[in-house]
Amino acid sequence: MAILEVRDLKKHFGPVNVLNGISFSLEKGEVLSVIGSSGSGKTTLLRCLNFLETPSGGQIHVKGECLFDAADPSTQKEAGVRKKRLHFGLVFQSFNLFPQYTALQNVTLAPQLLAREREDYRQDRARILAEIQEEGQSLLEQVGLADKLHSYPHQLSGGQQQRVAIARALALKPDILCFDEPTSALDPEISGEVLRAIRRLAEQHMTMIIVTHEMGFARDVSSRVIFMDGGLIAEEGPPEALFGSPKSQRLQAFLQAVR
Amino acid sequence: MAVIIERLFEGFAINCKLFGLTLLFALPLGLIISFGSMSKFKPLAYAVKTFVWIIRGTPLMLQLLIIFLGPGLMGMTNPWPAGADGRLAAATVAFVINYACYFSEIFRGGIETIPKGQHEAGQVLGMTKRQIFFKVTLLQVIKRIVPPMGNEIITLVKDTSLARIISCKEIIMMAQEYTAKGLIGPLFSTGLYFLAFVGAVTLLMGYAERKLDYFRV
Repeated sequence: MAILEVRDLKKHFGPVNVLNGISFSLEKGEVLSVIGSSGSGKTTLLRCLNFLETPSGGQIHVKGECLFDAADPSTQKEAGVRKKRLHFGLVFQSFNLFPQYTALQNVTLAPQLLAREREDYRQDRARILAEIQEEGQSLLEQVGLADKLHSYPHQLSGGQQQRVAIARALALKPDILCFDEPTSALDPEISGEVLRAIRRLAEQHMTMIIVTHEMGFARDVSSRVIFMDGGLIAEEGPPEALFGSPKSQRLQAFLQAVR
Repeated sequence: MAVIIERLFEGFAINCKLFGLTLLFALPLGLIISFGSMSKFKPLAYAVKTFVWIIRGTPLMLQLLIIFLGPGLMGMTNPWPAGADGRLAAATVAFVINYACYFSEIFRGGIETIPKGQHEAGQVLGMTKRQIFFKVTLLQVIKRIVPPMGNEIITLVKDTSLARIISCKEIIMMAQEYTAKGLIGPLFSTGLYFLAFVGAVTLLMGYAERKLDYFRV
């Protein structure tokens, strides 16, 4: 069964239609890249999946559970949204680390706050917090920041900040990790370290959706690619097919332009 | 001489009390007012903004008089107990309302400059609104508002002497008793009390700024 199923997702801001009916599904362990020119709705799609925007139409199912159905108001209650978000993680283009916390604190803050809702939190507080601490350290080690645990964001380079952001998103063990142009705010020579971190996750079969302008990266890390145009999926398929022999004219033109 | 100094201290104690009480109540009230002015419920936001406009747009001295004398003169039961305590209570209420409005604008400025991404990062990490405000936003807001807050607090120190308009026996009122006897020295020396207090506030604000220097916003 697909881990994620999106059906006919629509979003408009006032009179402007940004998503015009997006449908796709994702298997566990798949890496989906979403490409397309700016304004094609890629970012809005990710923001809808993470409930930062409320879709105007369509459905979102994760692991068979309906998280959102525009036709069913009971799926849109504010109270439930917070829990539903936890199925997804989101890494922002601009990192959005919390400046007053160290790298490690950035990673452990949300798990610590969530742990308070656990039933055994009172009895086992010390053990739970120690586990979160350890988990946070090991996540930062995984993204190559073992020596930066106690650095503040402003002391880190953009690439390091983005890797902290990846560790922070992983700390909540999301089913699907989303990246919104993770390297667009970085110098080309620094993007490499972030892309390597994402590639490592792909090798560990993390289910991911990556909105990116790095065509080379999309080509060799993803199992499937979606090309968006005008709020619709214009073309979809394995990377070899999409990049090797694009069918639509729009995609051909797009690939020409970004090359 | 010693008597004069003691009397002036007695007066300055009123200034200090008024200062402390105003800060204690106006800071949280200012935060609440700032939330009101940023409310998505437009009628509330406009009502709050109008209120802030009125309070910031009229003299504090006028507000002191109206709050102290108004209820009695308008035929309501006078809420202020007789004597010095009643006057200080009235002064405190006027100061709290007035300063809360100024603080609310500083808070609003501070909150609105925090990038939206901070809030969204908290949201996607499953934090509640309350957690985002207290764990993510608040300290960043505080860091940003320390300098304008310092200004406002220094103004408050000196404004406390306005309370003498409703006969709170604050330090300048005390000193004026001596000018009536032909002594100017006490009046001059009240300045020293204010200078010392503002000096201490300035040091404290500087300390706060250094304390928050460990991160950048």
